[in-house]
Amino acid sequence: MTVTEEPQAASGTDTAPQKEIGQARRRKEDARLITGRTTWTDNMVLPGMLHMAVLRSPVAHGRITALDVTAAKEAPNVVAVYTGRDLAEEQGSIPCAWPVTPDMVNPGHPSIAVDQVNHVGEAVAIVIGRSRSAAADALELIDVDYEPLPVVLDMEEAIAEGAPLVHDSTESNRSYHFVFDAGEAGTGSDTEQAFADAEVVVSRRFVQQRLIPAFMEPRSVVVQPQGDNYTMWSATQIPHILRVMAAMVTGIPEHKLRVVAPDVGGGFGGKLQVNPEEILALLVARRLGKPIKWTETRSESLMTAHHGRDQIQYVDVAADREGNVKGLRVRLLADMGAYLRLITPGVPALGAFMFPGIYKFGAYRFECDGIFTNKVPTDAYRGAGRPEATFAVERIMDELAVELGMDPLELRRKNWINADEFPFTTVAGLAYDSGDYETATQEALRLLGYDELREEQRRRRESNDPVQLGIGFSTFTEMCGLAPSRVLGSLSFGAGGWEHASIRMLPTGKVEVVTGSTPHGQGHETAWSQLVADSLGVPFEDVEVLHGDTAIASRGLDTYGSRSLVVGGSAVVKAADKVIAKARKIAAHLLEASEDDLEFSGGKFSVRGTPGASLGIQEIALAIFAAHDYPEGIEPSIDAEATFDPENFSFPHGTHICAMEVDTETGFVKIRKYACVDDVGTIVNPLIVEGQVHGGLAQGIAQALYEEAVYDADGNLTTGTFVDYLLPSAADLPHFDTGNTVHEAPGNPIGAKGVGEAGCIASTPAVVNAALDAVRHLGVADIRMPLTPERVWRAVHAGGDGGDRAPDRTNAQAVDSAQAPAAGSQGGVQ
Amino acid sequence: MIPAPFAYARPTTVDEALQAIADGGEDVKILAGGQSLIPVMRLRLAAPETVVDLDRVDELRGVREDGDALVIGAMTTHADVLHDPLIGQYAPLIAQATETVADRQVRRRGTFGGALAHADPAGDLPSVALALDAEFVIAGPNGRRTVPAADFFVDYLTTALEEGELLVEIRVPKLAGQWGMRYEKFNRVAQAWSIVAVAAAVRREDGHIAEARIGLTNMGPTPLRARATEAALAGAEASAEAIAAAARSAAEGTSPSSDLNGQADYREHLAQVLTRRAVSAAAGL
Ligand SMILES: Cc1cc2nc3c(=O)[nH]c(=O)nc-3n(C[C@H](O)[C@H](O)[C@H](O)COP(=O)(O)OP(=O)(O)OC[C@H]3O[C@@H](n4cnc5c(N)ncnc54)[C@H](O)[C@@H]3O)c2cc1C
Repeated sequence: MTVTEEPQAASGTDTAPQKEIGQARRRKEDARLITGRTTWTDNMVLPGMLHMAVLRSPVAHGRITALDVTAAKEAPNVVAVYTGRDLAEEQGSIPCAWPVTPDMVNPGHPSIAVDQVNHVGEAVAIVIGRSRSAAADALELIDVDYEPLPVVLDMEEAIAEGAPLVHDSTESNRSYHFVFDAGEAGTGSDTEQAFADAEVVVSRRFVQQRLIPAFMEPRSVVVQPQGDNYTMWSATQIPHILRVMAAMVTGIPEHKLRVVAPDVGGGFGGKLQVNPEEILALLVARRLGKPIKWTETRSESLMTAHHGRDQIQYVDVAADREGNVKGLRVRLLADMGAYLRLITPGVPALGAFMFPGIYKFGAYRFECDGIFTNKVPTDAYRGAGRPEATFAVERIMDELAVELGMDPLELRRKNWINADEFPFTTVAGLAYDSGDYETATQEALRLLGYDELREEQRRRRESNDPVQLGIGFSTFTEMCGLAPSRVLGSLSFGAGGWEHASIRMLPTGKVEVVTGSTPHGQGHETAWSQLVADSLGVPFEDVEVLHGDTAIASRGLDTYGSRSLVVGGSAVVKAADKVIAKARKIAAHLLEASEDDLEFSGGKFSVRGTPGASLGIQEIALAIFAAHDYPEGIEPSIDAEATFDPENFSFPHGTHICAMEVDTETGFVKIRKYACVDDVGTIVNPLIVEGQVHGGLAQGIAQALYEEAVYDADGNLTTGTFVDYLLPSAADLPHFDTGNTVHEAPGNPIGAKGVGEAGCIASTPAVVNAALDAVRHLGVADIRMPLTPERVWRAVHAGGDGGDRAPDRTNAQAVDSAQAPAAGSQGGVQ
Repeated sequence: MIPAPFAYARPTTVDEALQAIADGGEDVKILAGGQSLIPVMRLRLAAPETVVDLDRVDELRGVREDGDALVIGAMTTHADVLHDPLIGQYAPLIAQATETVADRQVRRRGTFGGALAHADPAGDLPSVALALDAEFVIAGPNGRRTVPAADFFVDYLTTALEEGELLVEIRVPKLAGQWGMRYEKFNRVAQAWSIVAVAAAVRREDGHIAEARIGLTNMGPTPLRARATEAALAGAEASAEAIAAAARSAAEGTSPSSDLNGQADYREHLAQVLTRRAVSAAAGL
């Protein structure tokens, strides 16, 4: 085992107790996570455990006309085989918790197909075997006949007149039409008027390709029945939500179902789901009375775990010739896939409020169609709605700058919210809490070495160098800390956004912190320990953080939306305050002093003016355990719990700048330098913050350059393995120059804003803007993501945006307006 | 996924291996490093009746000299090839290409012979073997035979290896004189297969290119030689202009496929650019 040194704190005098908050503590959970010597769900083995394997549809759309499982039932070591018909009565529907409009169409989502399959990979039969391989072998003995139905893949075709329907039960492939109009909401002026009055209008069509979350640990579930009680271990981000939902779906009473998320190896939103296989494992365990395990293969994961993004964005911006933006109009087509899963329809709605970014638009209108296609459902993926929005606004600002002949940074400066204008209510009605875009930008320019790179760009241009250089900006903000429960209610979300924590003071003075915000790799154990060490004045090592088991952490709403520290960490701090308040009464009693004369600092109560009279909180824990001597009228416990519900979101922001080399001979793009300065509020642990930024950057850059889930014309996932679905590794990424400014979030006791998604949200447009900046002078106006070398090469040599990839050619024809000059452009500088 | 059931043999000599192959039934697969075979079995695209594992056949490992040739055992791992001093001295092109294969874990297990026997058109080593005019020593029930590289690669994933046969070793001529070599690989992420790659070996003489050998990766179902470019370079001046002119014919006679990473015309274009770059570097420009 490696011995890790604790880095020294940057500041702090010898006398003052060193604060934990701000220290770059190495993560205490990492040794077990990295070595795998831990409770990954698939590591779990229970006596008598059976294994589930899933037969999946090879067709994207079809009726099941025959399904013969006889041979599979007779195969060696097979215990049972079930089809959709066998489970139809009890399987219910995978829940959708976010009906974004009152008339949203939800056709329901069976865990296992009964009569019809609607995407490749949908479950059609399950085999329960004594071993994983016995179950897998028997799958091959099942015969299924499908009557093919027309396959619907393209969103624009799906909502065209007379298009074939994904679901017979619906009237069209449109699930919902969601509108936010600032004029109607009273947060802005009339959008149509703003566009009618505008001197310049720029319109673009951007494609947010479909992405696969590709978490490291595959999904896995184990269900153990015990009498009429059930315990489900699952590699999930959301044990608490899963418990409620699974109880509602299966009819197992909530108090009879315990859900445990043991250590979970990543999720990126991909495990923010109630999976069909979780429900199936529960149903089978109930039928057979035996423990059931299912662990997906990587191929199953890529094919059937929900995907992310997949939007077509029509974006119009209105401005005057001096570059003052006036209005923003967004029309979105959002691919739901074949079904609505947990928050499928809500992802674009979450982005709806972020399209205006950091700019002072006077008018704003957003419209979105949620559309069914024969593909795996989309749902949350790191950033969920906000990367898409940020991309659109940061790309269109560059397009506007080109149209006006302005420097892209000057255009941003002219329109962004100034530091002295916070809190600022945007045209979308959000109250941005704090920040300073100028300072972050200055620092990012310095980190990048902006002037030298601009100079080099000029040289390369002049000399017609085959390798051109470009610089791209993204000055972004995002809404984090999901979320104020009342706001979620107003958006028709099915749950609140509070978080819960409790603190248990053990007799020996050690501390157990129970958090409802279940981590899946973020480092909660370390950060929460730092919070509690400072609050209670106990050593970092004396704190243990418990999570993920609904029998231990009874209340919670788990981890997503950069909420854990902001909301969950705040609950921990609030609980610690209560512990101190309770301990104060006991301290006063034992020290024979008035509560008002007690000071609490460094873990000790001391009596003002009486040197030497003091009592540590850890001693009080022992005293109250014995409970021999404590004041009348109070309970003998200093344990406490707290629920924190924020009143506003938090709004991290930052300036990301990418310098990109484009080899015009091959189309290969290479990030030369990447600098970013993020304001995530108070930094509890700089190492964790940097890690989150690095990982986020890798994912955001990957959307820009590498990743895309591609379906062929029949609806098969062409990028079904990591050979074709390209994830970058460290070798493909540059050194990141990162920095921070700190403007505390006023809305929570820590002052934190959230960092989990920042890098992922901010980086994608910076990268694309940089590549375009390198080749715009060669006549390139847009390149479709991901910027494959071939697309870049074609864009440079043939014009256009590089088009779609080969198997998807049919869609390429639709990609037209992107490079066309703004339709309806009334002005425009040269 | 989980492979379908199979019988397993682990011989320790080439003779035992040949016997195990003969006894293995209808569908026998030879297992070298498993880096191509195991994924295919796990996806159940292959379900052999018997797997004959060469891991314990020590005589198939290692690199030695035999007169004018280097002899590389089929079971020599990529990692061992990379660090072998003889290869570094006489065939650095092999080491350069091997270094671009996958990642450390894969190179630790995958073998030189396995990569050649697998004959994936996107694999990096077949074009190198072809450019170096390697010879393949094959053992079978009726003894050994030697096949030149030009005849070894027959079609997509297909070689001159017949049923019941085993690739034993690869003989690579030591190149005499002033040779420069360069493997130019083009892929989207560092650990991915080649979209196109070019293996070039160039012998310079008095400011001229005396001889150039150019192998193309992924420009057709088998590795190919860029014969037209080779001919144009023979005796040409070792100048950027001459090389650029010759490289323009690099894609002549190729038939690259179209897939997610590139249409055929893009691959043809890449072949020209990469050939120019590889030859220039190999010629020391
Ligand atoms: C993630 C990943 C990335 C990769 N990237 C690259 C890359 O970038 N470039 C590249 O070139 N390769 C790449 N490879 C493939 C790698 O080089 C493999 O090692 C190689 O293709 C197969 O070698 P092996 O020893 O593993 O053979 P195996 O997988 O064991 O066998 C491959 C085939 O050859 C046959 N075979 C093996 N040995 C013999 C023999 N002695 N006689 C007859 N037949 C035999 C087997 O029966 C089988 O059909 C990658 C592999 C992986 C897993």
